[in-house]
Amino acid sequence: MPAFLRNEKVRGILYQIITIALFIAFLFFVAQNTAHNIEQRGIKTGFDFLHATAGFDITESPIPYTPMDTHLKVFEVGLLNTLIVSFWGIVFSSLLGLLIGVWRLSPNWLINRIAAAYIETFRNIPVLLQILFWYNVVLATLPSTRQSINLFDTVFINNRGFFMPEFVFGPGAWMIGAALFLAVVAIYLISRWAKKRQEKTGEQFPVFLTGLILLILLPLLAYFLAGRPITAVMPELHGFNFRGGKTYTPEFLALLFALSIYTATFIAEAIRSGIEAVPKGQKEAATSLGLSPLQQLRLVVLPQAVRIAIPSIINQYLNLIKNSSLAAAIGYPELVTIFAGTSLNQTGQALEILLITMLTYLMISLIVSLILNWFNAKMKIKER
Amino acid sequence: MKRLLKLSAVTALATATLAMAGTLEDVQKAGVLKCGVNTGLPGFSEADSKGQWRGLDVDYCRALAAVVLGDATKVKYVPLNAKERFTALQSGEIDVLSRNTTNTETRDTSLGINFTGVMYYDGQGFMVPRALGVKSAKELDGATVCIQAGTTTELNLADYFRSNNMKFKAITFDTNDQVTKAFASGRCDVLTTDASGLYATRTKLKDPDKYVVLPEIISKEPLAPAVRQGDDQWFDIAKWTRNALLTAEEKGVAMANVDEAAAKSTDPEVRRLLSVEGKMCENLKLPKGCFANAIKQVGNYGEIFERNVGVKTPLKIERGLNALWNKGGIQYSPPFR
Ligand SMILES: N[C@@H](CCC(=O)N[C@@H](CS)C(=O)NCC(=O)O)C(=O)O
Repeated sequence: MPAFLRNEKVRGILYQIITIALFIAFLFFVAQNTAHNIEQRGIKTGFDFLHATAGFDITESPIPYTPMDTHLKVFEVGLLNTLIVSFWGIVFSSLLGLLIGVWRLSPNWLINRIAAAYIETFRNIPVLLQILFWYNVVLATLPSTRQSINLFDTVFINNRGFFMPEFVFGPGAWMIGAALFLAVVAIYLISRWAKKRQEKTGEQFPVFLTGLILLILLPLLAYFLAGRPITAVMPELHGFNFRGGKTYTPEFLALLFALSIYTATFIAEAIRSGIEAVPKGQKEAATSLGLSPLQQLRLVVLPQAVRIAIPSIINQYLNLIKNSSLAAAIGYPELVTIFAGTSLNQTGQALEILLITMLTYLMISLIVSLILNWFNAKMKIKER
Repeated sequence: MKRLLKLSAVTALATATLAMAGTLEDVQKAGVLKCGVNTGLPGFSEADSKGQWRGLDVDYCRALAAVVLGDATKVKYVPLNAKERFTALQSGEIDVLSRNTTNTETRDTSLGINFTGVMYYDGQGFMVPRALGVKSAKELDGATVCIQAGTTTELNLADYFRSNNMKFKAITFDTNDQVTKAFASGRCDVLTTDASGLYATRTKLKDPDKYVVLPEIISKEPLAPAVRQGDDQWFDIAKWTRNALLTAEEKGVAMANVDEAAAKSTDPEVRRLLSVEGKMCENLKLPKGCFANAIKQVGNYGEIFERNVGVKTPLKIERGLNALWNKGGIQYSPPFR
């Protein structure tokens, strides 16, 4: 063996160089081979298809879409639908998970058991089955269009979805937004002031009640001052279907339900273990300070428990986003269903479309975990 | 499953230097033909309660297996939904795709596949609940329509409504089962697909008489088997298998009389078809009597049609365009010579 190879460090570096070189050679081989095979097969390649007319309709889209639009637009619609259902899924699964997680540790036997049963049931049924289940429940139990459940002529429910009034903002509507903002700022200032006062004098101030009143009163005032600039467009039955207003389709609702309910079980477990990880002494100290059980939970236990739970909750959020791609089973038009599904099939360009789709999921996941990791770092209990 | 399939297709393209020609050798070596069929479309491709595959598309697979391997039972059926079918063919998972697939320019030119001859001339139609009181597709403005993803159906639908200045909302699913279920539960007003598919689907509904098929046929759907591009020999075999079935019907050669025809017929074309004269099978690098095998074991085109979708079956489909060219239809085979 030459002398320099006897040096362990040199050898280590050499091994790494060889591994990387082999890996690059492998990638190169794969790329070459793919290109060769595809060309020989006469399969179309390249990204031109993104600008070709898609030619098919999409069930629901947050942005205007017609079959005359391009596959690029299909991608955008799919991405937006993925983000929308993921966003609401994260909101609802967090709220539900928090509730169930706290219930799971309740001294009340019944509540505790209900939470346990919930977790054990929904965590152990594959989420795909749950999606199909909710979809069929929605379709099977709700009436047809003409027999819609009618709530005060404003909300209509049938097996084609929930039809609600849509609010249209006229000129002057900005005043309401401004009032809302004002209320939030006021609440922030008041609570800061109240805290300081409490620290100094021990006197408490009803921050919650004042805040609530401000939050309702200010925008309401602005609404009338601006001459009622918000109008509601009611859904109306026209021919085959309801038109106007806002529609939540059974596909969206079933997917949202299933994802929220399923993911909530994992979040509940994370919260529970977070709560259990808070040292007993904290609670005892809170009791001896004279805090009520609810105050103990809200002011002492949860803030610490949530911090402990955040890393595993981040994982659940990422899972939820990825699970949303199971929507293909019920036809909710998210990224995988319409872009990696329909567009792929209509153009036949599997390689390009799968590449774009995988990169998109990677980007979403990276961005979400970046944001949450930043949040996590910020929330971490600062050891002094 | 679907994603697995797609990924496997991509990996297959990426890693293997796939043998371009040689499907015939592969099939002969394996002793079995891998045939991509519909997951479940009565009359075209459906597994019965004993797991036996039946249907017009299935019979094409059987005929091809009889031509190539001399035995119509040597078929491995690979059920595929509309979205999976082309990837399965491209990746070599199947040797031939026989799944009510429309021959279109885009598919022919950009998917790396070639369509053989048409097995069934079809067109797209609409089905609605009778209670809706709709008499014509022109009355469907504003309707909600259930369709299957990855089909020509969804493209034709958009074209039709656009050219008639009507609005619609598509509800799209991956499988015909989901489409049917959604339609039956009232999620949509209209179900649209190939007319053959409408009749097949109607037999699956709980109360078929509650639904009507509207008179309009809005597209041309020549349903044809497809093979991978670049293997001309295999393409020829697939094409002439279909031609043999048609020629047999035209010449009155059927399952029951094929042996007799081989022994006694004086018609030169029949004699060539059945390998009594000439080198028809040898030209395709197949053993003598290859087409006779298919006719004997599967029947001629007319027999296949009547057995699976004809007027005596639940589908009750007339020959129409699918009658032979000399009987008022457009089914036509180039000559065996
Ligand atoms: N011929 C059309 C449509 C073919 C098609 O997939 N039809 C549907 C509706 S009849 C079907 O066969 N579905 C059965 C299934 O996927 O289970 C095409 O090639 O795109």
